[in-house]
Amino acid sequence: MASGEQTSTEYINHHLTNLTFGRFPDGSWGFATSKNIEELGFMAIHVDSMIWSMGLAALFLFLFHRVAVKATTDVPTGFQNFVEMIVEFIDGQVKETFHGQTKMVAPLALTIFCWVFLMNLMDLVPVDLVPWLISLLGVGYHKIVPTTDPNVTMGMAFSVFALMIFYSFKVKGVGFIKELTLQPFTFKNPFVQVLIIPFNFLLEIVSLIAKPFSLGLRLFGNMYAGEMIFILISLLYTGGLILGLMGGVLQFGWAVFHILVVTLQAFIFMVLTCVYMSMAHEDH
Amino acid sequence: MELIIIAAALMISIGGLGVAIGMAMLGGKLLESTARQPELGPMLQSKMFIVVALLDAVPMIGVGIAMYLIFAVAPGLA
Repeated sequence: MASGEQTSTEYINHHLTNLTFGRFPDGSWGFATSKNIEELGFMAIHVDSMIWSMGLAALFLFLFHRVAVKATTDVPTGFQNFVEMIVEFIDGQVKETFHGQTKMVAPLALTIFCWVFLMNLMDLVPVDLVPWLISLLGVGYHKIVPTTDPNVTMGMAFSVFALMIFYSFKVKGVGFIKELTLQPFTFKNPFVQVLIIPFNFLLEIVSLIAKPFSLGLRLFGNMYAGEMIFILISLLYTGGLILGLMGGVLQFGWAVFHILVVTLQAFIFMVLTCVYMSMAHEDH
Repeated sequence: MELIIIAAALMISIGGLGVAIGMAMLGGKLLESTARQPELGPMLQSKMFIVVALLDAVPMIGVGIAMYLIFAVAPGLA
């Protein structure tokens, strides 16, 4: 990593860049260093976000699968109670918000909640710990919180959006087109109604497109701002004893508050997915 | 170079101002309705947390982008 004196901007920028892997303009593949990170362009892959998000997803699936297979009714283990508590909590939420028949939404909600929660939880790990350990192995950049990477959050938001569109067409079919074109302004006189269709369509499309963007950016904004404040607090430690102690108190305070933000954002992402799914399944 | 800092500051402050007022009213309404019907307290509180998290998105997106402006774009301009 950076040897010798490192300015704060460098420190911040270092902690904000992902480990990107991609194809250089000259055709060779490889990891980007700070200088040629732009050359990789759009098709570069954030390797660290990928590793951490898929690893956490595998961890979640492995743990829940292990409990589900060994689920006993006579003497449930502590961990099984914990998993049952989460499943019942999510099931209650889904029953409240989603009124369709598809059996897919509850498992989807459970996966989203636990996965996003695990990814967000990585934000509570001290900022320098993992990147410093990884840099001992010679890897330059490393960001351990996948949800501070807009690609990850927008990717999830757009997959939920694709599900929403798919179920809208599947359940409502032409009704979905009718919903998009005749929604806000309806007139008895068919001639005027046809005239107003483009305007209705424009209004409906804007609200439809806003859904995935707000869903994705909400999670990204919260986690990115949270991690940025952690990075800024860790800058305090370089300012001598008094500032260091103050930094320690600030770090603890912000981490406690951030636990609420972490769970709340995972919960909100799940609730909104259920709401969007139930809107897709509504058939007037 | 300074304009981008002012822009980022405006983004954070105005977003925060609007949501602060909104959440204050929300908290006030929660207390009023809990006082009127104490048994509904827990349910109202969970609903309030959902709305708070939804409201929180607006300034947080502003803060996220403003911080990106300050720390990633601003040094590049100097």
